[in-house]
Amino acid sequence: MRERDLIIVGGGPAGLSAAKVALESGCSVTLIERANDLGGQLVKQTHKFFGSKSEYAKTRGIDIATILIHDLEPYQDRLEILTNATVVAMYPDYVLSVYSGHDYIKFKANAIIIATGASEKFLVFENNDIPGIYGAGAIQTLMNQYGIMPGRDVVMVGSGNIGLIVSYQLIQAGVNVKAVLEAADHIGGYLVHASKLVRLGVPILTNTTVKRAHGTTKLEKVDTIQLDNHWKEIEGSEETIECDALCISVGLSPLHQLLSMAGVEMIYINELGGMIPKKDEDYETSMPHVYACGDVTGIEEASSAMVEGKIAGLMAAASLGKPHPEFDSRKEEYFHQLTNLRQGPCGIKIRKGLEQAGEMI
Amino acid sequence: MIQKFGYADTELVKTKFPNEDILVRPKAIIECYQEIPCNPCETSCPFNAIMIGSDINHQPVIDYNLCTGCGACVYSCPGLAIMVAQLKQDRAYFKVPYELLPVPKKGDIWHAINRQGEVLCDAKIESVLQNSKTDRTVVITASVPKQYLFDFITVRNKV
Ligand SMILES: Cc1cc2nc3c(=O)[nH]c(=O)nc-3n(C[C@H](O)[C@H](O)[C@H](O)COP(=O)(O)OP(=O)(O)OC[C@H]3O[C@@H](n4cnc5c(N)ncnc54)[C@H](O)[C@@H]3O)c2cc1C
Ligand code: SF4
Ligand code: SF4
Repeated sequence: MRERDLIIVGGGPAGLSAAKVALESGCSVTLIERANDLGGQLVKQTHKFFGSKSEYAKTRGIDIATILIHDLEPYQDRLEILTNATVVAMYPDYVLSVYSGHDYIKFKANAIIIATGASEKFLVFENNDIPGIYGAGAIQTLMNQYGIMPGRDVVMVGSGNIGLIVSYQLIQAGVNVKAVLEAADHIGGYLVHASKLVRLGVPILTNTTVKRAHGTTKLEKVDTIQLDNHWKEIEGSEETIECDALCISVGLSPLHQLLSMAGVEMIYINELGGMIPKKDEDYETSMPHVYACGDVTGIEEASSAMVEGKIAGLMAAASLGKPHPEFDSRKEEYFHQLTNLRQGPCGIKIRKGLEQAGEMI
Repeated sequence: MIQKFGYADTELVKTKFPNEDILVRPKAIIECYQEIPCNPCETSCPFNAIMIGSDINHQPVIDYNLCTGCGACVYSCPGLAIMVAQLKQDRAYFKVPYELLPVPKKGDIWHAINRQGEVLCDAKIESVLQNSKTDRTVVITASVPKQYLFDFITVRNKV
């Protein structure tokens, strides 16, 4: 058993930000990441980010990852980083089981921050298992991390920000995006992202979804169908689009399994993407000294994930008896940033979800 | 309309343009039609011509008296929603952000494209700016006949 002060699970923007603030506070930190590289979703994002200056707006996602990782360098003597290491279990006695290098290693922590992010939702339709049908995350990994083109002619399902941004990245990679399908009667993501695509000649088909896929060894075409405003299929509205890849981007759900397993009190909130941990105003879950931040506490943005990470790092350090020298002013600043990010019309869903979870600040 | 199809129609576009006499000098045209939590346009303008304010969800508002048409906001906007427009004699000149390959060269003739992605006419590439500040976004200055002032949005390679 390896005993540690603070263990952070997940090296995305939330986990990295939490690590920085906890290190600044004087904690020793063990950061565990299942991927090869730190950065989480950021390492796949080649576009300039939204948000404000304090969350690195107008910097490309991949470069934000580099900044966050670089920020940890001064603390090497108190920081242990494990990559290619997956936390596969978490127990109520603060024991974590980590799978790394074909071995299971047991860790025990005084405090734990869960920043595992989210996983993609999938869609049910006829033949949805034909090779060539991907989630948006897989497309981004192939294209932006490994430099592999996922197909020549792609149809995107979902017009949320991820669907729109991945479509744009596909075009940048030289792939033909034939259409973006959206079941609702309006575009889900930011209109600026949609306009960027439409001017490149990509039609966004609202009230439309994928009905079935065709192909034997690989995808050859998909049938689309129109929906009315109650999401009911309109008979006779089917159309066929030839394509060799279909990209599903219909939302994310929090990777809550470790928290659920440890017996942390959970709540299902549709607006936040699924099961999330209940937490108090100090970001502590129902399990003392266990904190959660980022997409695992509700699907949002990297900007809010970073601020939440800072809050979790601040609070976890204080709970270990190492309050940050600027604890009070930092706390006020971070909560103010979060409120500011969430207060517009785009934050309505988040605010509604947080209210249901009993967390409105 | 824009919510359904993803492009602004001419009526909406015109609400973002100043009077033509102001466009004898280059001015930023900001097509950000939605309240989103974003403000790099405001923080990147060296002349404080763009105002969003303390609620970063507010839509940007431009002060044409302060805008010099420098183009810093053009490459800073992550939504590629800003261009600089100017009228000179019978032509309209635009600085637009561009993030595709290949990159055009000065003097090339490319397609001029409208907001729906359709070809409008020929566009003359007047200059191409790319440096560490633009961070891999290229700023292209292109000109088209003046009549396309409210239609032009980007350029496309002819081949
Ligand atoms: C296409 C796309 C575009 C986006 N654009 C923007 C944008 O412009 N602006 C913006 O603010 N946000 C944007 N986002 C959202 C943003 O990327 C996410 O909200 C953010 O990454 C969430 O951060 P996180 O740290 O909570 O999770 P993640 O970034 O998902 O990181 C979680 C990390 O935990 C690791 N992990 C998970 N489970 C385990 C385990 N059991 N053991 C060990 N490690 C584990 C994962 O490997 C991952 O590295 C975009 C997202 C996508 C997909
Ligand atoms: S063009 Fe220059 S001066 Fe005008 S708004 Fe943009 S950044 Fe400011
Ligand atoms: S930077 Fe662009 S997308 Fe962001 S608020 Fe300004 S104009 Fe809108």
